[in-house]
Amino acid sequence: MKFDTPAGANPIDRTAVVGRPHDRIDGPLKTTGTAPYAYEHHAEVRNPACGYILGSAIGKGRIGAMDLAEAKTAPGVLAIVTAQDAGKLGKGKFNTAKLLGGPDIDHYHQAIAVVVAETFEQARAAAALIRVDYIRAKGRFDLAEELKTAPLTGNSNGGAPPKEARVGDFEQAFAAAPVTLDATYTTPDQSHMMMEPFASLAAWHGDELTVWTSNQMIDWGRTDLAITLGIPKEKIRFLSPYVGGGFGGKLFLRADAVMAALGARAAKRPVKVAMPRPLMANNSTHRPATVQRIRIGATREGTITAIAHESGSGDLPGGRPETAVNQSKLLYAGANRLTAMRLAVLDLPEGNAMRAPGEAPGMMALEIAIDEMAERLGMDPIAFRVKNDTQVDPEKPERPFSERNLVRCLREGADRFGWARRDPRPGQVRDGRWLIGMGMAAAFRNSSLVPSGARVRLGRDGILVVETDMTDIGTGSYTIIGQTAAEMLGLPLNKVQVRLADSRFPVSAGSGGQFGAASSTSGVYAACLKLREAVAQRLGFNTTDAVFEGGTVKSGNRSADLADATRAGDLTGEDKVEPGDLEKKYQISTFGAHFVEVGVDAYTGVMRVRRMLAVCDAGRILNPKTARSQVIGAMTMGVGGALMEELAVDKRFGFFVNHDLASYEVPVHLDIPHQEVLFLDGTDDKASPMKAKGVGELGLCGVGAAVANAVYNATGVRVRDYPVTLEKHLDRLPGAA
Amino acid sequence: MRAFTYERADSARDAAARAASTPGAKFIAGGTNLLDLMKLEIETPRHLIDVNGLGFDRIEKTGDGGLRIGALVRNTDLAADMRVRKDYGVLSRALLAGASGQLRNKATTAGNLLQRTRCPYFYDTNQPCNKRKPGSGCAAIGGYSRQLAVIGSSESCIATHPSDMAVALRALDATVETVNAAGQARAIPIADFHRLPGDTPHIETALAPGEFITGVTLPKPIGGRHYYEKVRDRASYAFALVSVAAVIHKDGTGRVALGGVAHKPWRVEAAETAMPEGARAVSARLLAGARPTHDNAFKVPLAERALAAVMMQARTA
Ligand SMILES: Cc1cc2nc3c(=O)[nH]c(=O)nc-3n(C[C@H](O)[C@H](O)[C@H](O)COP(=O)(O)OP(=O)(O)OC[C@H]3O[C@@H](n4cnc5c(N)ncnc54)[C@H](O)[C@@H]3O)c2cc1C
Ligand code: SF4
Repeated sequence: MKFDTPAGANPIDRTAVVGRPHDRIDGPLKTTGTAPYAYEHHAEVRNPACGYILGSAIGKGRIGAMDLAEAKTAPGVLAIVTAQDAGKLGKGKFNTAKLLGGPDIDHYHQAIAVVVAETFEQARAAAALIRVDYIRAKGRFDLAEELKTAPLTGNSNGGAPPKEARVGDFEQAFAAAPVTLDATYTTPDQSHMMMEPFASLAAWHGDELTVWTSNQMIDWGRTDLAITLGIPKEKIRFLSPYVGGGFGGKLFLRADAVMAALGARAAKRPVKVAMPRPLMANNSTHRPATVQRIRIGATREGTITAIAHESGSGDLPGGRPETAVNQSKLLYAGANRLTAMRLAVLDLPEGNAMRAPGEAPGMMALEIAIDEMAERLGMDPIAFRVKNDTQVDPEKPERPFSERNLVRCLREGADRFGWARRDPRPGQVRDGRWLIGMGMAAAFRNSSLVPSGARVRLGRDGILVVETDMTDIGTGSYTIIGQTAAEMLGLPLNKVQVRLADSRFPVSAGSGGQFGAASSTSGVYAACLKLREAVAQRLGFNTTDAVFEGGTVKSGNRSADLADATRAGDLTGEDKVEPGDLEKKYQISTFGAHFVEVGVDAYTGVMRVRRMLAVCDAGRILNPKTARSQVIGAMTMGVGGALMEELAVDKRFGFFVNHDLASYEVPVHLDIPHQEVLFLDGTDDKASPMKAKGVGELGLCGVGAAVANAVYNATGVRVRDYPVTLEKHLDRLPGAA
Repeated sequence: MRAFTYERADSARDAAARAASTPGAKFIAGGTNLLDLMKLEIETPRHLIDVNGLGFDRIEKTGDGGLRIGALVRNTDLAADMRVRKDYGVLSRALLAGASGQLRNKATTAGNLLQRTRCPYFYDTNQPCNKRKPGSGCAAIGGYSRQLAVIGSSESCIATHPSDMAVALRALDATVETVNAAGQARAIPIADFHRLPGDTPHIETALAPGEFITGVTLPKPIGGRHYYEKVRDRASYAFALVSVAAVIHKDGTGRVALGGVAHKPWRVEAAETAMPEGARAVSARLLAGARPTHDNAFKVPLAERALAAVMMQARTA
């Protein structure tokens, strides 16, 4: 179905199943350890061999010589594959660097070999016996240095957009504004560090390849694997039924899948490969660091008259910018505007999407700037945001927002959090040795509908089976998809069986960009409409007025059991949702407000979050329980980004030094004492047939700034470089005594 | 991980003798540090001598009113021992500030003392590191060194010793007891147990090859209030940026040892005479001659401030 007019009244509005806080239907499998993850498909493949990836020891240069002799004769070794003997390999559309490097090395820990052996331990030991002579080349590893000469760049999303987006005359308006801010913020490189590492199990049957993997996007992965191996896509079956987190790191084909496929071909045996944790940060992608300059000019009454956001980031040759200025085009009004990005070439590992790419780091900067501006104006930061709210796209005022309740989020959040108790003068509130502060930020993230297909089959056993290649990366896709199908056919959730993430199923949205939930359920909605037609037809009912409810179908004063429809055989419906041009006519985004209270140790400068609140405006909430989990997880990630997460760059050797979970710190339970999430009830009929939008990334956008603003309110020391670690304010803290 | 042979020792003396006579032998206790290092081939023992069955798992009173802690007493049990909690609170607190519950259940007293540095370059076998590969250079100098030492470091190595427990033991004047291959016992004051890196950062302790730790003794209780202040970016499960182990008496005198600043628990007894004058005076002497890097210069004022926090607590307790 083409979604080109706003959704009218539809069966989802009944919300008998959708919109309810159902437990995850895959929960019992996960809590009992019986959901097979990529490395654990023992039932399908008995006794696979194990592959171990060897990563490059240098950041830039080439391999002079490689001596495999000792490794080849090590115990248990079945095969070793390097670029020399892998045959001709292509490069996937979504990959910037090759997944098997050599002789040229593009980045540190780029895979240069896979060793296949009977056991994991043997493969690992043999990999350490490979001798490599490297010829180092000079690399570009210093973002700040390279940005000095980096050119302007457009957005990466196709086309050739203007390199600077301008409205009015920013420079003139900024110069004329009585109150201004001109500040530079930095965000560091970050690693996804999801729980489950990259892992794949590959098995060849003749020229056909089956890969169980851990990937967010089945069709992208399958397509890029076909390109990389140079085989037809149809020869590959790609499955990813359970994924232990991805955060964007698993959007793309990565080395685990390629190495498993190459290793299996060479060893003539199924091979599984899991990426060791210390390899993940440098071998795979990361969120690129940014340097962001923000200038805001306003009248004394607090009306923004000029706003500019310029961001610089770096990536490998042929790579993409971190689009950190996105939200600044849309979040606040202002007649004169400028946004621009610069992209430096770096020889560090590949930068790419991480949860809320663009907005997450962009909001970290913008929402501190707004806080600083409010303070300069002597305004409450909420009042300042409310004053500059806009109901239309400020760059194209003829485009209204489909739904925008930012102001409600801010106000309801303020009430709930007790914002009125905050002392706007920083450094005033003490609790023993702790300086206490409150901070807030707006949340903003765009929401889009992407094509998504599904197939549903109503069986004679009364079970409704849903098949789509959508993934569940821990988000709850299984459950909301089941809820959608149940709602559409008037069945209880336990009559629905959801099968996901198999390339034999219709191609779906996949999990990314917070488009997964609304798009994939809309695809299921579309398929269910087809099935309802088939059912109505079998029963001799008129499709348009048939009501599916409680296992029966009613039309006028006629009624029949749903089971009657399948007596003569299973019924199937298949369709996909496709966006029309509603996204051109309307700006479709999600909104929210984050509130944070922190304590800062007046002695040591240590910062600890005390409580957090998020208020979210994201259309229909399909399942408040799974949605809440998404938001609290995102808030936790936001605390990590605010206070500790940073890939430390060694600018001499060109790599991320702290590449394990002991040195790349993410929050632990004790860091997150209390979280609350409120959802505004509402629907967005222009966002999707489900009237739902995304929420998984919204929960992250703004959290970092809310934390930083709270720290500032506690201390009076403004830190503009993330993460906000204690050494950045220690020497300026108000007296400890 | 390289292939290795394995045996269970019958006695401490036997363990020491076997370790001294078998090339590439190492003891394994809880394994929480050694196994990780073996997986990364930072440690490549050819033979492991499992010492878990040897006893040394009790905490007993000594003749002079102190405590003898067996080498294989688990960190969890040591932290929970009522005598330790009552008389050596700094030790209990330091232990509980370290690692996680699961790790402390396995980690032993001896293993904790002998855990190796968390310098990130030490952990990456592609990088030069004098400690891992003598003579290869030190990648941390001029590199990412936020976590590393500010005092007592050398041109060869700026790593820190990561143990929390050892810092408390240093403040308590503990003694490490050992037996060697010939069956001779000796007692090494904790101050002499860990070494500064000098130009041999790979030699980290006073132990001779094969020398086996049987336990740690604590002198009789010294009273005072006991503090362990551990400063880190996240609230738990992280190594210290800086830590302060302190015992402070009512009159303001006491002892203080620092963690996270040097290649060994850092204590300068002469600095403690300044305790009644306050944290600034103490830390000026304690950290005199500090040579921090650009990344970790903050540790010097941070140590002073952490000590001030502890002294404030002692004053107001
Ligand atoms: C994720 C993680 C976080 C951690 N966080 C902290 C922390 O915050 N603070 C902290 O202090 N520690 C921390 N640790 C380290 C932990 O305390 C040590 O790993 C543990 O104490 C080591 O004890 P073990 O018995 O397991 O030693 P093992 O790993 O068995 O042995 C360590 C070394 O001691 C030697 N050895 C063992 N017993 C003897 C003996 N009787 N005589 C002579 N030599 C012996 C071994 O040969 C080996 O070289 C952490 C560890 C991990 C893995
Ligand atoms: S500081 Fe020490 S442990 Fe770290 S790299 Fe240098 S020599 Fe190795």
